[in-house]
Amino acid sequence: MRLGFCIREALRSLRRNAVPSFAALASVLVTLLVLGVFIPIVQATTGAANDVRGKVLVNVYLQDDATPADVTRVRAALVADPQVRSVEFVSKEAALRRESEQNPDAYKLLGGTNPLPDTLRVTPKNPDNVLALVTKLAPTQGDGGVTGADPAIESVRSSKDDTEKILTATKVVKYTTGLLALLLIVASILLISNTVRLSVFARRREVQVMKLVGATDGFIRWPFVLEGILLGAMGATLAVLLLGVIKVALIDPLVSDFALLAAPQTIGFGMLVGVLFLAGVVVSACGSALSLRRFLNV
Amino acid sequence: MAATEHELRLRDTRSAQPQLDPRMLAVRPGDPANAIELRNVSRTYDTSKAGLNEASFAVRRGEFVFLVGQTGSGKSTLMRLLIKELEPDSGSILVAGRDIGELRRKQIPFYRRNLGVVFQDFKLLPNRTVHDNVAYALQVTGMGRREIRSKVPDILRLTGLATKLHHYPDQLSGGEQQRVAIARAFVNHPPLLLADEPTGNLDPETSIGIMQLLYRINRTGTTVLVATHDADMVDRMRRRVIELERGRIIRDELAGRYAPSDVSTAEFGALLSEPAPAPQRAPDPADDFDQAFVD
Repeated sequence: MRLGFCIREALRSLRRNAVPSFAALASVLVTLLVLGVFIPIVQATTGAANDVRGKVLVNVYLQDDATPADVTRVRAALVADPQVRSVEFVSKEAALRRESEQNPDAYKLLGGTNPLPDTLRVTPKNPDNVLALVTKLAPTQGDGGVTGADPAIESVRSSKDDTEKILTATKVVKYTTGLLALLLIVASILLISNTVRLSVFARRREVQVMKLVGATDGFIRWPFVLEGILLGAMGATLAVLLLGVIKVALIDPLVSDFALLAAPQTIGFGMLVGVLFLAGVVVSACGSALSLRRFLNV
Repeated sequence: MAATEHELRLRDTRSAQPQLDPRMLAVRPGDPANAIELRNVSRTYDTSKAGLNEASFAVRRGEFVFLVGQTGSGKSTLMRLLIKELEPDSGSILVAGRDIGELRRKQIPFYRRNLGVVFQDFKLLPNRTVHDNVAYALQVTGMGRREIRSKVPDILRLTGLATKLHHYPDQLSGGEQQRVAIARAFVNHPPLLLADEPTGNLDPETSIGIMQLLYRINRTGTTVLVATHDADMVDRMRRRVIELERGRIIRDELAGRYAPSDVSTAEFGALLSEPAPAPQRAPDPADDFDQAFVD
């Protein structure tokens, strides 16, 4: 269409309506900045929570007299279980070595004896199912009954209290950050579109005059939308620049010291910048177009 | 442009044609010789404030008509109906023989390009210069930049604003702003010009200048409908007067006065002999309206 005309008109109205334009630009800037900081934080937190949940294990202790054949059999049965992700075998000797490294004094007292059983460390597919898995594998039930578990299994443990605590805590963290992120996004959209609406509203008389002179809706709309796009792009550019400064000045030097900052699941900076930029532009353009619609019905 | 002056003079002599009584021509299907025709048009507002009540009249092409009446008598309603800002509750409005009720929403902008509109509050775009305000009316029609650049200074010179090209509306006096509005209304050479209280905000001296301008536009063949309170002006000009009262037409006189009992004080003609800028018209003024109905 008349692209040149649209661009000239958009630039003119940016220049002549400096204050409302600046307000819209500032709101885009601030919300994108907050989102840009918050999104990685949410992701790092969820990532950390998932990490912790991944560490929930079930220890399957075998009978003291378990033969290597028993070990292989039990192991095969565990691997075949649909709820099990992986199984790691820790032999008596390996267990003793690890424990005595952690607690050398206590194990010195034991002399040469090894009280530790062969152990199979089971990582469940879904940490929420840990307790069910424990019940299934344990040879004796709480009510004294016997399950069909392998006779070579002496007992099954998962530190029940800890597991439950970890599961609840991580769930709370995940839901809270998710909710906060949602609220923040909704608030950002409302703030930006509201500011854009205000600046359009301030010019409703102008729109009315344009209609009287015989301008078609498109003729009035496209410069406005383009103006929204320009504002969004400028605000987003500033926000991205500031985020870049924050990243280079603050985050990068600290990454090696804090695991949370280096969490692998967080969004890449390039990706983050792209998403923010697009969101800023789309929201302000849509805001302009939608708020203009009311005044076009003259 | 030299030829246009000559043409103008020719037109001026031709416009002295005898005027027909419009009421005798009113009830025929879409007479294109009628610039405006209202047939039993009614429009009421929710708030019981008077709108229009069964108004019927016709205005021939090239006429200059005053619409008079007290506040709330329906003058502005009539204007808003004609620019299709409002829809009538009943009855039909014909412009150049076509029922404007048949215009679809998408066609309205094209219809409005054939109208010049002038308002009491000027309705200029505040963040554009005089030049750009007038140019906007051409830009909406998709006219090229070069053509606009040549046309706008011309029309502004004719309305006496050649030196104010790059002023913003708030840097101008009321009379000057109204001249800009008239320049904008006339720059497309519309066949019909509507003015709603064009002198309502102006002092009597300035008003005369504005009326002169409208009259000269009329003499180029444009039909002009002026709603006004200005009794002095109406009495001086002695054109056709349609009086409204509470939405009804109570008087329709050729060469009428503002009020039936008023005595004319002076002839307006003397004022018209003063050198006033002459607006121009396109060579063939007729029937740009039909384009508005093209799909």
